[in-house]
Amino acid sequence: MPMPYYVSPEQMMQDKAEYAKKGIAKGRSIIAMEYVDGILLAADNPSASLHKVSEIYDNIAFAGAGKYSEFENLRKAGIRHADLKGFMYSREDVTGRSLANGYSQSLGTVFSQEMKPLEVEILVVQTGINSHPNEIYRISFDGSIIDEKNVAVIGGRADVVQSFLKENSPSHAPNLDEALRLCVTALDQTANQKLQPEGLEVAVLDRNRTGRKFRRLSVSEIRQALPS
Amino acid sequence: MTNGFDTTMKLPHLPDHDGSSFVEFLSKYYPGMTLGANGSAPNSDPTRTAGAVSVPSATTVLAIKYQQGVIIAGDRRATEGFQIADRRIEKVFKIDEWSAMAIAGAAGPCIEMAKLFQTELEHYEKLEGMPLSCEGKANKLGQMVKANLPMVFQGLVVMPLYVGYDLKRGEGRIFKYDITGGRYEESDYHAIGSGGKDARNTMREHFQRNLSEAEVIKLAVLALYNAADDDVGTGGPDLVRGIYPTAKIVTNQGITDVAEDTLRSVCDAVMAARRSRET
Repeated sequence: MPMPYYVSPEQMMQDKAEYAKKGIAKGRSIIAMEYVDGILLAADNPSASLHKVSEIYDNIAFAGAGKYSEFENLRKAGIRHADLKGFMYSREDVTGRSLANGYSQSLGTVFSQEMKPLEVEILVVQTGINSHPNEIYRISFDGSIIDEKNVAVIGGRADVVQSFLKENSPSHAPNLDEALRLCVTALDQTANQKLQPEGLEVAVLDRNRTGRKFRRLSVSEIRQALPS
Repeated sequence: MTNGFDTTMKLPHLPDHDGSSFVEFLSKYYPGMTLGANGSAPNSDPTRTAGAVSVPSATTVLAIKYQQGVIIAGDRRATEGFQIADRRIEKVFKIDEWSAMAIAGAAGPCIEMAKLFQTELEHYEKLEGMPLSCEGKANKLGQMVKANLPMVFQGLVVMPLYVGYDLKRGEGRIFKYDITGGRYEESDYHAIGSGGKDARNTMREHFQRNLSEAEVIKLAVLALYNAADDDVGTGGPDLVRGIYPTAKIVTNQGITDVAEDTLRSVCDAVMAARRSRET
């Protein structure tokens, strides 16, 4: 019987992390940014039907970067988690924090126990209502969870986009149009050409809406907000 | 129901399921929380057959099509035997932006079904990225009524009346059901509950195609008033406490509540007309 080669745990984790990072960096970036009325989610996404940004619950949204099939699975599991909780208890008991924890646990377990880690990085964002602050959680392939403020970037060359946003961060909370322009300019940094409204996926969690706060922006709305 | 794919990726610590139906997800993992969950309980006990258990039951609800869409309205009384269980119960529920349902039967399971149906439609819409069609929603509700069948034999009837605006056809639609989950579409109007027959009689006399919004609200209130006149289980306007029927309208603009002030003034007009005939 052939002996399996010994691989140190450090080496194994490092290999897995490298593998996952490579997969995530291949994709395009997604930005979550706080604005006056809530949170804006903007993604460089040429497909009009395969979404990277989606609604989870009343004031919670999800964004996933990396391998589509994997973050799509996570998205669906998140919706089940939220709907189940809202049905069992009440709608206000569904929180972004509990969902982010669930994702973190799940990704962490897969990362340490499975051969192949999930090649995904996800955002769970919750817009605060009744003067509660917004919450933005960035969860990595290994289950590590980071509580972000004002802005978060995942996927693609996130570091480039992030540093651009840091340099150009507005002094006050931007309104929707300002935030969208800033996000698109930031996404332009990593794209080879200027992004067209058709190649963007934009959605907001607008706390002024009643009931479900999630809303997708149509191409014409995006075009209106961007300088021509 | 699986979608035919064998998804080998399991997500620990998160709900693991295939398919877009919340009801199926719930019945697989949390069977105690679904409708008719206790239906398998022994019903050999003769005291537990139909009608033996006394539960609050909800009574006259109706739906009428009009020019812009459809109106759905209901009275406010719940009875338990010869007692009034609740004077202010809401029997008309918003289900999503384009549909509403009203209920007759045992109040508890009725409200539970409405809540489950709301969650089901929202769940499907979020998972699939698009809402079910009007027809699809009506069929789904039929399946839920059918799932409740075991409870019917224990006296817990849930009877919905469902209205929706069909965006493809550009018209309001009315669906009624039977206890086996059979689904039937009504072309003009319908009413269910203990006072349903009385309400239908009124609507048959006064219904016309293409009523205006004001006319259809008046007809709905009149039908409910007549039902309350003849049926003990249906509550009329309560002038002392200021309780009036509730109504919602579904049009191509979505669903809106009919304002309480509007219903109150229409009720007052109906009663004033009645009073003038009595003297």
